[in-house]
Amino acid sequence: MTQVRWRLGWILATLVALGFLGAFFAWPAATLILRGFHSDSGWTLAGFSEVFSSARTWRAVGFTLASASVSTVLCLALGIPGAYLLYKVSFRGRSALRAAIGVPFVLPTVVVGVAFGALLREDGLLGWTRLAGTPAAIIAAMVFFNVSVVVRTVGAMWSRIDSRLSEASAALGTPPRTTLRRVTLPTLAPAIVSAASLVFLFSASSYGIVMVLGQGRYQSIETEIWFLTTQLLDLRGAAALSITQLIIVTLALWLSSSMQARTTRALKLQPPAGSDTRLVLSRDWVAVLVTAACTALLIITPLGNLVWRSLHRGGTMTLENYMQLGSQVTMGTTIWSAVQTSVVTAVAATAIAVSMGLLVALLASRRPASPAGRRGLATLEALFLLPLGVSAVTVGFGYLITLNRPPLDLRSSVFLIPIAQAVVALPLVVRILLPVLRAIDPRQLEAAGTLGAEPLEVLLRIELPHLRRAMGLAVGFAFATSLGEFGATSFLARPDRPTLPVLIFRLFGRPGADTYGMALAASVLLAGLAGVVMAIAERVRPEEVSTW
Amino acid sequence: MTGLEVQGAEVRYGTFTAVKDVSLTVAPGTVVGLLGPSGSGKSTLLRAIAGLEPLSAGSISWDGVDLAGVKVFKRNFGLVFQDAQLFPTMNVGKNIAYGLRSMGRAEQRRRVADMLDLVGLPGYGERRVTELSGGQAQRVALARSLAPSPRALLLDEPLSALDTGLRRRLADELARILREAGTTAIHVTHDHQEAYTIADTVAVLSEGRLLQLGDPESLRTRPLSREVAAFLGARAFVTEGVAHRLGWQGSLSTGDILAVMPGSLVLAADGVSVEVVDQGYTADQVEVGVLLPDGQRTVVSSPVRLETATVKVRLTGGAPVPA
Repeated sequence: MTQVRWRLGWILATLVALGFLGAFFAWPAATLILRGFHSDSGWTLAGFSEVFSSARTWRAVGFTLASASVSTVLCLALGIPGAYLLYKVSFRGRSALRAAIGVPFVLPTVVVGVAFGALLREDGLLGWTRLAGTPAAIIAAMVFFNVSVVVRTVGAMWSRIDSRLSEASAALGTPPRTTLRRVTLPTLAPAIVSAASLVFLFSASSYGIVMVLGQGRYQSIETEIWFLTTQLLDLRGAAALSITQLIIVTLALWLSSSMQARTTRALKLQPPAGSDTRLVLSRDWVAVLVTAACTALLIITPLGNLVWRSLHRGGTMTLENYMQLGSQVTMGTTIWSAVQTSVVTAVAATAIAVSMGLLVALLASRRPASPAGRRGLATLEALFLLPLGVSAVTVGFGYLITLNRPPLDLRSSVFLIPIAQAVVALPLVVRILLPVLRAIDPRQLEAAGTLGAEPLEVLLRIELPHLRRAMGLAVGFAFATSLGEFGATSFLARPDRPTLPVLIFRLFGRPGADTYGMALAASVLLAGLAGVVMAIAERVRPEEVSTW
Repeated sequence: MTGLEVQGAEVRYGTFTAVKDVSLTVAPGTVVGLLGPSGSGKSTLLRAIAGLEPLSAGSISWDGVDLAGVKVFKRNFGLVFQDAQLFPTMNVGKNIAYGLRSMGRAEQRRRVADMLDLVGLPGYGERRVTELSGGQAQRVALARSLAPSPRALLLDEPLSALDTGLRRRLADELARILREAGTTAIHVTHDHQEAYTIADTVAVLSEGRLLQLGDPESLRTRPLSREVAAFLGARAFVTEGVAHRLGWQGSLSTGDILAVMPGSLVLAADGVSVEVVDQGYTADQVEVGVLLPDGQRTVVSSPVRLETATVKVRLTGGAPVPA
């Protein structure tokens, strides 16, 4: 009897999870895709031929691919020496440097855009370079945002490669540089390719950065989708572009995950402890130089400049930008109320994402005896990672065309944005919780079973306690992601109730020292919120969770 | 040609001294075993010889030339680890050819084939290293180290990760390969059986110090201390009086005590009766735990399980050590 109830419980959980994903992801995405192939007169590819006969489209596709490629190459060039220095060499201040390199990744893209915009503006610290409004500015922001992905992914694997592998090479008469080229880098290849495809993915979908820094002159596929949807009301063209974006992103994601699987399969990896070497400047100077330059120029300068400028108005140092956040009414709202909207939205989104993510992770971590059951669970897991492959812009756009009419009219619902943000954050939550559940030795559960524990008791008393740290990380990640979410929210936010990132974007695009100063101050505030949440969350990061 | 000379070697990690004042020589064409329990500093000493750990005192030289400033990759010492550490991105043939870059392609191929023959894996060149069993991987690692004809081979517990049967077989084979190739080698192990099989001379280490250096026979019959005797398998130490009561014929100098080594105590119908306390099995025989007249427990081998409460034994050998 309990056996049957237990089974029914899991089936119910599966249905709930699938229902959520179906209603809030599959349906909007499928409708969007169908929209691309459909016109008033029936099935057609006209949407594609129209969109792809326009030079604007090709410029956007070309710019997306080119900027993402350049960003990827630069991130690898800067990140691989950094991975070596921060994960293989021990020196004082290493953990502080690791944290510094990781800061940009947790910042909302709009803040990144604003920070680089402020840096390169005529009155900015690097205004003299005249890089404002150029592709170089956009790419610099992408590299700033993504270099830590390379450092962390490659570094984590590097620290786990047995150092005796390169000792074996040295003993066979090979000098260190040749060993690096012939043994170490080829061994790291899966991690490097995996990191590269992730960086490509993130760069190709850095909507917020291109929106803020492109200033209409440079378009990526995503900003073009926004342009077609909101400015030209050409939904079919936008759908065709969304499908293109979907294909690019899916390819990058597939490459990344297949390489990640190979990383774990092919190598006898060591626990990361004890393989560090001490810093030897005559050997490590390249890595030290690259990492120091990268940290100083790419991370400290833009963020420092952002904070510094936010404390100035009209050339004098003042707190006015911050004072006005609470009082000045801009575009029908104050920044304080935008902050409140953002926080409330993010809390709701976090609650949805974490509870759904927990349900999915628990489901996917079951170990059914039958091959069919195992295949089913593998499919389920893949389904819930799908939103990662679909850019947030697509989610927002999909909601716009599906959830605004019966049977599900959520357009005016306060839940629309939290749900969209939760769908964006859900794959992250699953990717954090699942490895921890999977890492529980099944013999522990068997031992509990032989000691007379019912399955539910095993779940509550053995499995869930393992998740405590991971849940902290997941909540932090989901909250910070939702707080800074711009892609989907920019489609869905009501004009009179914008979230903080949306308001910052609007303010930053306006002329006037007031709005500019307030945009900077609000960016610092948003960065601080996201940064503090992530810093707390990272403290509880479990060892099993090694990806970004 | 004096081969390898280690003089007063010391290796420190911070305040911890892993190797203290060790001196030994390895003559060309001979194999020296470094034998000791885990944590005895034997692997550290080997890594220092390879150039992977700096010496804090002393010197290591080859044919009279000090190796202090010579980098690992210039030393021309082959190195084999406990777990083969084959390069995962290359197949077996590429692994073996890795150290042969100065050779032409055809020459490399010939050398790889010769090495695979030598280690008993002919035709394995195209295999992926992930397809190899532990024993095969270890043979490939050996072939890879021997291929560039290093002036000495350093073996860091090369057989420890293998299961018992395979370990014994490979130990015999390793001894054959080293002799056939006339290789100068240092072989680190914690298994005295393995050391006796492979090495001409064995150095016993404990807590970073060299306790004794000698051939297997002298170690067995003339250990220098109780510690060495105990590590080599002595289970009891008896006084001359007790030894004589057990039927021992020899005599001890003053201040010495007799170590009862494995095989020293045998079953004998006309021997002394001792109490049986327990019995355990090995693959070959029954190990019978007995109480000696002075109350110490030791072991005597029997072909069959005993059904009696006492058994008659005689002490036929043993090693005198300082008490």
